[in-house]
Amino acid sequence: MESMTGAKALMTAMEKEGVKEVFGLPGGANLPMYDEFSRCDIRHILVRHEQSASHMADGFGRVSRKPGVCFATSGPGATNILTGIATAQADSAPMIAVTGQVPVAMIGKDAFQESDIIGMANPVVKYAFQPRTPGEVPEVVKKGFYIAETGRPGPVLIDVPKDVQQNEAPMNFPEEFKIQGYHPWTDPDIVACEKAIEMLLNSEKPIILAGGGTIISSAFAELQSIAETLMLPVVTTFKGKGAFPENHPLSLGPIGMHGHAEANKMMAEADCVLAIGTRFSDRSVGTFEAFEKRLKIIHMDVDPAEIGKNQTTNLAVVGDVRTSLRIMVKLLLQKQIKKTEESVWFKHVRETKEYWQENLKLHPGEMGAAKILRKLREVLPKESIITTEVGQHQMWASLFYDVIQPGTFFSSTGLGTMGWGFPASIGAKVARPDVPVVDIAGDGSFSMTENSLATAVLEDIPVIVFVLNNSTLGMVAQWQRTFYDRRMVGVDQGGCPDYVKLAESYGAQGIRAQSMDELDKAIKSAISSEVATVIDIPIDPEEDVLPFVAPGTSLSDMILPS
Amino acid sequence: MWAILSVLVENKPGVLFKITHLFRSRNFNIDSISVGITDNPDYSRMTITSYGDEKQIEQIVKQLDKMIDTVEVKHLDEHKTVFRELCIFKLKLSNANDSMEVNKLANAYGGKVHDVKKDSVMVEITSTPDQIKAFEELAKPFGIIDVARTGVTALQRSGA
Repeated sequence: MESMTGAKALMTAMEKEGVKEVFGLPGGANLPMYDEFSRCDIRHILVRHEQSASHMADGFGRVSRKPGVCFATSGPGATNILTGIATAQADSAPMIAVTGQVPVAMIGKDAFQESDIIGMANPVVKYAFQPRTPGEVPEVVKKGFYIAETGRPGPVLIDVPKDVQQNEAPMNFPEEFKIQGYHPWTDPDIVACEKAIEMLLNSEKPIILAGGGTIISSAFAELQSIAETLMLPVVTTFKGKGAFPENHPLSLGPIGMHGHAEANKMMAEADCVLAIGTRFSDRSVGTFEAFEKRLKIIHMDVDPAEIGKNQTTNLAVVGDVRTSLRIMVKLLLQKQIKKTEESVWFKHVRETKEYWQENLKLHPGEMGAAKILRKLREVLPKESIITTEVGQHQMWASLFYDVIQPGTFFSSTGLGTMGWGFPASIGAKVARPDVPVVDIAGDGSFSMTENSLATAVLEDIPVIVFVLNNSTLGMVAQWQRTFYDRRMVGVDQGGCPDYVKLAESYGAQGIRAQSMDELDKAIKSAISSEVATVIDIPIDPEEDVLPFVAPGTSLSDMILPS
Repeated sequence: MWAILSVLVENKPGVLFKITHLFRSRNFNIDSISVGITDNPDYSRMTITSYGDEKQIEQIVKQLDKMIDTVEVKHLDEHKTVFRELCIFKLKLSNANDSMEVNKLANAYGGKVHDVKKDSVMVEITSTPDQIKAFEELAKPFGIIDVARTGVTALQRSGA
């Protein structure tokens, strides 16, 4: 066995896991690991704030489906990545966060830059390790990657005391290991799959609700096959947006607080739902109680603890959703079931969709949100990857930007982390340098992590930031207009900063687009640009996101544009 | 409903913290918790009693099961389980008769008497929570100075 330091063992183990990039920021307690970057092939991508490193790793992980890796030092470095870890956990994104820690003998002494990050991170990680001797490091890394990327993915924290990084030990890099209490996948449940088909066939108004789990398990082809074979309309959760091509005749788009009118209407009318990889979050389903009495729910999920957590179900199909859907596809083939004739329900769905596509009232101005996002869709190649920030622009993206190639749309949907989209887009671009990557942003969210422009420029990661700029914390403003009698408090951004100048000060390209013509040119210029581009698009601060299902109400009670 | 959960966990630092944290963050109730190492030093057994409706108890079991450090989680059926709790009461002795009365009461509950002093006595009871509660009611008139309880520990009966 070769003897080496814990720091070298960590980097070697990560290389063995196929890690090519690490997003991070050095400090006193992780310097031994940083020193190893000078001697290995892993690229270090420097950030200006550790939170951004965690979001970059998250974006990388969601796009590549391999854990993204971020590094931070002890104390404040570690606490700065907590938001990123919690974001990854809420959206089941694979991530490895490596933090430095004070030396073992100093732990618990309130040493300089000491924080009990294991204790703090516990509720928001899938698992956390703190090796106390250098010899443990290789197995910890191996287990960490395995836990992060298997089953329902999630963030894993590895907190490495400085002396564990510095000291040498004979290192064994195990290929095999055992984690007794971890069973990421259960065997596929064929009987339940058969029952699911029966329930769908025996219902009059069946529908598919595809959640984020559909995207995580890449069950795109299987989902499409089942929808087409049984002629089932497909709605998605917001996290599931783009699990199914949104230009497909069977697609109704996302349901939820700001779901498509046709999706919410049809979800509210359905009598049987095949819910795939979703936790029935409040933002997606509003209150189900209003119609759940007649709605039969088939819940398919990799995580047994999701069954019955938020929603009582009639049938549970536990297991990897892609495997379960594959079994259903096979069974349908064997039984030679294929629907070709439009049912009464299907005709109703089609007519409802057509009605809302023609009759949803949009902002009358040239630079209304719908027109802006449809322009972006029109110009961007279909394989482009979208990330979003959190707020009105995010919901407009959900409503008006159609995802055509499945699995190309990512957002902080669970935790709702403002500032996620831009660093996540950088991580996404590192994972997929061959396609345009666009962060659909609002000015409020972009402000939170805008200093990642330095990373995008200096590390040559040419992403596009598409800022719908109403100089307002727009979603909060909308709630204040709707629920607080227009008492506007704490939402005005005062036109500050000038995003074109801001971009230029970092050496990025900044373009302001005030007409559709300018916008068209700006997007094209951004796609062909060799540096990151910020497109600043001034919009009407009074524009609301509609339809709107008020919190705690049913999907059928939408507030519509008047 | 009241539930007894038997949780076999990996015996390593931080596991108790994670289990109790799970109860806090998921808004579950802990009625009592007792922990001890098993015959295999790699594992500890935690016995947790909790209350909630059937759905909540099912969620607790699932969330515990999902934890990577838990090896086995069982929701024990009270009728197929031996479950006991140890409790020590410190009682006041106000007059000459009290000492004898306390002794009688302790005997009736299979208890042991310790630390007999002029004006106080300790009684150790090992029984089910219901029986301990019953003893407590009968001991109240003497005056309870202090109580310490271990929480329930339990094992499933063979063949159950």
